[in-house]
Amino acid sequence: MGTIRLQSVTKRFDAVEVIPGVDLSIREGEFIVFVGPSGCGKSTILRLIAGLEDVSSGEIFIDEKPVAQEPASQRGLAMVFQSYALYPHMSVRGNIAFGLKMAGQPKELIEAKVAKAAETLNLTDYLDRKPRQLSGGQRQRVAIGRAIVREPKAFLFDEPLSNLDAALRVQMRLEIMQLHKTLKATMVYVTHDQVEAMTMADRIVVLNKGRIEQVGTPMELYDRPNSLFVAGFIGSPKMNLVSGPAAEQYGAATIGIRPEHIAIGEGAKAVTARIRIAEHLGSDTFIHLDTDELGALTVRAQGHVEAAPGTSLSVILDPARIHRFDAHGKVIVHA
Amino acid sequence: MATHHAIRLGRLATAPSVLVLFMWMIVPLAMTVWFSLLRYNLLDAENAYFAGLDNYIYFVTDPAFSDAIKNTLLLVGTVLAVSVIFGIALALLLDQAILGRSIVRLLIITPFFVMPTVSALVWKNMMMHPVSGVIAYLFKILGLAPIDWFADAPRSAIAIMVSWQWLPFATLIFLTSVQSLDEEQKEAAEMDGASPFAYFFYIVLPHLARPITVVILIETIFLLNVFAEIYVTGSGGMAGNMPYLVYFQGLLNFDVGGASAGGIIAVILANIVAVFLMRMIGKTLES
Repeated sequence: MGTIRLQSVTKRFDAVEVIPGVDLSIREGEFIVFVGPSGCGKSTILRLIAGLEDVSSGEIFIDEKPVAQEPASQRGLAMVFQSYALYPHMSVRGNIAFGLKMAGQPKELIEAKVAKAAETLNLTDYLDRKPRQLSGGQRQRVAIGRAIVREPKAFLFDEPLSNLDAALRVQMRLEIMQLHKTLKATMVYVTHDQVEAMTMADRIVVLNKGRIEQVGTPMELYDRPNSLFVAGFIGSPKMNLVSGPAAEQYGAATIGIRPEHIAIGEGAKAVTARIRIAEHLGSDTFIHLDTDELGALTVRAQGHVEAAPGTSLSVILDPARIHRFDAHGKVIVHA
Repeated sequence: MATHHAIRLGRLATAPSVLVLFMWMIVPLAMTVWFSLLRYNLLDAENAYFAGLDNYIYFVTDPAFSDAIKNTLLLVGTVLAVSVIFGIALALLLDQAILGRSIVRLLIITPFFVMPTVSALVWKNMMMHPVSGVIAYLFKILGLAPIDWFADAPRSAIAIMVSWQWLPFATLIFLTSVQSLDEEQKEAAEMDGASPFAYFFYIVLPHLARPITVVILIETIFLLNVFAEIYVTGSGGMAGNMPYLVYFQGLLNFDVGGASAGGIIAVILANIVAVFLMRMIGKTLES
């Protein structure tokens, strides 16, 4: 239980076409992440699946049952909102129990389910508190608890970690992944943070202007981006993209190479560069370079590398790791 | 936060205005207390003398007194109930995307801007007049006998008029509160399968607890003092409340002592109501 299928789903707000047409199959138990810049339609697609927006055309199937015309509450999904959307005047217990209460479940059953969810999420000591007495991370867990108790066919997360500070975000990320392992439930997760997408997803859906650019596992997207957009969006620091005569040498309009695929060293194909600035992270050093042939380049070197700004450096591009793109931004597949 | 010096300076700086406000309050109050202890009638003003608590005893034992208290509380209670219940209903309606919403919102506030005296005259002569009134006309259309409001149901008539005046205030406060309700909460309730009724009772109403408290507190203060509507429509005989009774004693019976005693009793009554209100709803404001 827990497959979701979108079939030529479109969404129009008055004259503006937000989603021109999306086809997507989400497998059972999969952790799928929608990622893209703001305004790319990722949240809209999630809300279409949830039933909080009506589709303009197309069909949504949950467990192969068409649900596009059904109200949100009938789709058997649970959603975790960006603002958590906890009911402020209800205790944690009341918040978690609300969905079950609305479903008219017996009291003892509700009590047992709430207790179990609270235990899973380490909320047992906070059951009688009000949301405003909780920290951000705890509120987030209550929101997740509210979703868990309903035993939904799939969980929908709408940028759930964007209101948390960096340290807590990493911790909650792990907790959500742990939860996915425990529940083995289908989860659809929306984020604009490609690090979240890379670390959490079984498969990533990269969206751009309401269209799906590419669907694949994090490593597929990383190693074989099928468009310039995906190449630029996935990976940090960003992939170096070079166009012009240097790209034409490779028979492409634009070539891309990731910072970690540029090595420091001498050789026949070495490129001489001036160091503009170096960022020392301890584990890595990001060196920003200016070159005559290729323009600005970023190089990721492992460990601590001495790189004084203004001095020159010789680097070699790994030819096997160069991505080639045509004038439309589509990848040119190696012959 | 502040140093002792700053605190002392602050007290010193506010002292003059506090003093003026205190005098503003205490002089009339002290004079009223003093007059309330005198037998002081304007028809016989030279023979004023100290009468102790006699005025209070006369005022309280007057059969009009219990009627006045009953009318006061009845009026306050009815108008509060009407403005809270219908205020919430109207606020929810006005929150919907209806055609010409901004104009409707503006129109709905207008009764609040009409002077009580004017509103009373309009209601008496245009709306509730048993022969030429709009309500009588509607009754006749429906085949009912028109009501002579100020003769047969003066309390209801006053309550309707005052409700009409105060409903916009409540609506406005509730509307701003309804609009501040988080959209994602609404969607969360939708996902949780809450019916419109459940959504109203479990999400909207608790969200409105604080504005309801504010409306009850503020309206009570003003509703205890309703006078113009009763005076202008001439329904003080049957629907007279405490302010009207004080007026009656002072300016119709020329009994300054009795009116002062009534005034002090009204102050005490208002304080009792205030204490009850604070107890009842103070908790909502704190949390």
